[in-house]
Amino acid sequence: MEKAVELIQIVKRFPGVLANDHVDLTVFKGEIHSIVGENGAGKTTLMNQLYGLLRPDSGEIRIFGQKVNFKGPRDAIAKGIGMVHQHFMLVNTLTVAENVVLGSETTRGIIFDLKEAQRKVEKLSKSYGLQIDPTAKIENLPVGMQQRVEIIKTLYRGAEILILDEPTAVLTPQETQELFSILRKLKESGKTIIFISHKLNEVMDISDRITVMRQGKVTGVLNKNETNVKEIARLMVGREIVFTVQKPQAKASDVVLRVENLWVKDYRKLDAVKGVSFEVKKGEIYGIAGVAGNGQSELVEALTGLRKPEKGKIFLLGEDVTGKPVKELRERGMTHIPEDRHKYGLILQYPAYYNMILGRHYVPPFARGDFLDQKKIQEFTAQVFSQFDVRPNNIKMLGMNFSGGNQQKLVVAREMSAKPKLIVVSQPTRGLDVGATEFIHKALIELRDTGVAVLLISMELDEIMSLSDRIAVMYNGQIMGEVDPQQTTIEEIGLMMAGHKFEEVRRF
Amino acid sequence: MRVLTAIWEIFTNPAFYKLTLTAATPFIFASLGGVYSEITGVVNIALEGIMLMGAFVSIVFTAITGNPWIGVLFAIFVGLGMAWLHAWASIKWRGNQIVSGTALILLAQGVTGFLMEPIFGRPGQTDIVGKIPELRIPLLMKNRFLAQSIGELSPMIYIAFGCVALAWFIIYKTKLGLRMRAVGENPEAADTLGVNVYMIRYFGVLMSGIMASLGGAFLSVGEVGNFRELMTGGRGFIALAAMILGNWNPVGAMWASLLFGFSEAFANQLQSSPMLHVASSTKPLFNMFPFIVTLIVIAGFIGKTRPPAADGVPYEK
Repeated sequence: MEKAVELIQIVKRFPGVLANDHVDLTVFKGEIHSIVGENGAGKTTLMNQLYGLLRPDSGEIRIFGQKVNFKGPRDAIAKGIGMVHQHFMLVNTLTVAENVVLGSETTRGIIFDLKEAQRKVEKLSKSYGLQIDPTAKIENLPVGMQQRVEIIKTLYRGAEILILDEPTAVLTPQETQELFSILRKLKESGKTIIFISHKLNEVMDISDRITVMRQGKVTGVLNKNETNVKEIARLMVGREIVFTVQKPQAKASDVVLRVENLWVKDYRKLDAVKGVSFEVKKGEIYGIAGVAGNGQSELVEALTGLRKPEKGKIFLLGEDVTGKPVKELRERGMTHIPEDRHKYGLILQYPAYYNMILGRHYVPPFARGDFLDQKKIQEFTAQVFSQFDVRPNNIKMLGMNFSGGNQQKLVVAREMSAKPKLIVVSQPTRGLDVGATEFIHKALIELRDTGVAVLLISMELDEIMSLSDRIAVMYNGQIMGEVDPQQTTIEEIGLMMAGHKFEEVRRF
Repeated sequence: MRVLTAIWEIFTNPAFYKLTLTAATPFIFASLGGVYSEITGVVNIALEGIMLMGAFVSIVFTAITGNPWIGVLFAIFVGLGMAWLHAWASIKWRGNQIVSGTALILLAQGVTGFLMEPIFGRPGQTDIVGKIPELRIPLLMKNRFLAQSIGELSPMIYIAFGCVALAWFIIYKTKLGLRMRAVGENPEAADTLGVNVYMIRYFGVLMSGIMASLGGAFLSVGEVGNFRELMTGGRGFIALAAMILGNWNPVGAMWASLLFGFSEAFANQLQSSPMLHVASSTKPLFNMFPFIVTLIVIAGFIGKTRPPAADGVPYEK
């Protein structure tokens, strides 16, 4: 078989990190080749070198047998390589056609020929089954469509080798299936596809062969038909991964949080939470399941003091805390792992040690009077870092320079180490790899077992099912029902997530 | 009543429309400069300084050569030089664009003030050294109203409108323009497609230097024929407001500039109206009028316009 891509002994160093350590990779023409690994394993760095965004410190890159030396993406594009980045590289205010041709524009004399660009996009979209309106503005398109634009961009430039960096991270399950059928079609027409992911089920679904990376090294090259998820996970993480969370029976006791008939409006002033009531007890994980956008975010914001409720009462440890400010709630023992760690969880421009004490920066031991005690802060952070295994173990690194999984660990570590009585946890493992997910799940259960009340809000049904001691399902701002995970099924919860009340579901 | 009559007289006077065009022209030039620069993602508040320098240099070289067009040409050179400094600081060195712009404004004020003595022998203002003659269009002279409003205008006014058309063509009809818009909105995306972000931004900033210096040259050799210290009087900032109000679109910026030119001309006419007998001590109050219009308009429209997403953000590979 013809080799489309050969990376030979690639080494890439960043200050303090060996991102790629003598990496070899061979991709055959016409295959779908997955590269899997945890966050920070060096997958994206490797691909950025193949695409000319970075230059290897040493090693060799061959494309269709020919040695290349890319000075920039332009050189890589010229050799038939196209990359769909994890964060889309699209200009939101321009149209589909304009985005596709940017950098290699269709022209008539000095005039940019938009009509011709639209024709070409239309032609490409027809021949590969990528339905798209070339005149639509990017900002008006859903994420799945934007991804198609990225794929068309590479095809327009004559890509024979397509690199997709975690393409499914932002897609719904349906969009993922559509993407997979597009990828299969591209494969049939002879394109070579490199698929980067850490979602092992998807990798098993779409790949022909799989290269596994861990800490900058290749730990295995596997044929899909001769391997399984467990083996890949072991190569990825370096140890056995337990996919089902093991936990002792909860010893739930006193009520820590009581919510009575809570109504909350969203930013458009529409009712988002409509009369929700529930209780979370000491030593249990209370899970709230539901499809995104059914009022969960507004509920969390109202509970944590970020948004004023319209009606209803919130009691924390028996005291009415409805509408109290965040600071007071935190002082009363509520902490919060927010769903958006960049927006609410971290100050990205701050070093880790300041991030670690946010919210407690004004109390001893971190503050002495009006001044920060730098030494105590750093000692504390160093201790928390080793306890939560944050990597790299450098407390002075800026928040933005940690990988996604380690940023989340920073937030989790801060909120857990504040000795909460109630912790409100929203989407704790979104975008995280299996290793980090497992770690955070374990930490939540340990916290529960020390007698903390945990309110878990997640769109991942598996997560809710395996962690929660009781589950409520939210739909359209209301709770459809409350179930015991031992005595329910995915189907029952699925029906409630689609808007059927518990009583109806049980009648079915 | 008296006030309404005065306003009516102003609006029916054809000379008022000539004054509006004349007052709008520096705004048009400079706001186009703002558009060129910011559409690629570089904020250029140095417009004010570049205008002042343009006004000064064009007078100096008109005095030396006797030809105001040569004065304009040198104004363009100096404008390019200042814009290059701004580009170098904010693109190459990723400096703070507001700081760099402010420095250039102060530099221009200092240099022009300092050079008055050695070149013209006195501070304050120069003698009339010559201006570009107005262009008479015979066809328009037949009608009294047209003749007095737009029959005889400085050729630089026509150039200003030509520049609007040119800017619109470059930005929306050429591949360079597509790249400029892409770089100002998402430089990383443009970079991954092999577009040279730095080159495009240099182009935008240098164009803004040309435009702003033309605006400044118009104030001196285009309009009055001499130079006064600080004669730009904040017009560079009003031009920025015009750019915002015009939603970073050259045609929009032109309409906004006409509005500001209109309000400046209106304030001037109103304070010197024989109907009103405005005391000379209160006249400066009228000069605030364009700025108040700017404030109101900006406060009312600012939420509705949208700057390029990467405006003012240095790009780092």
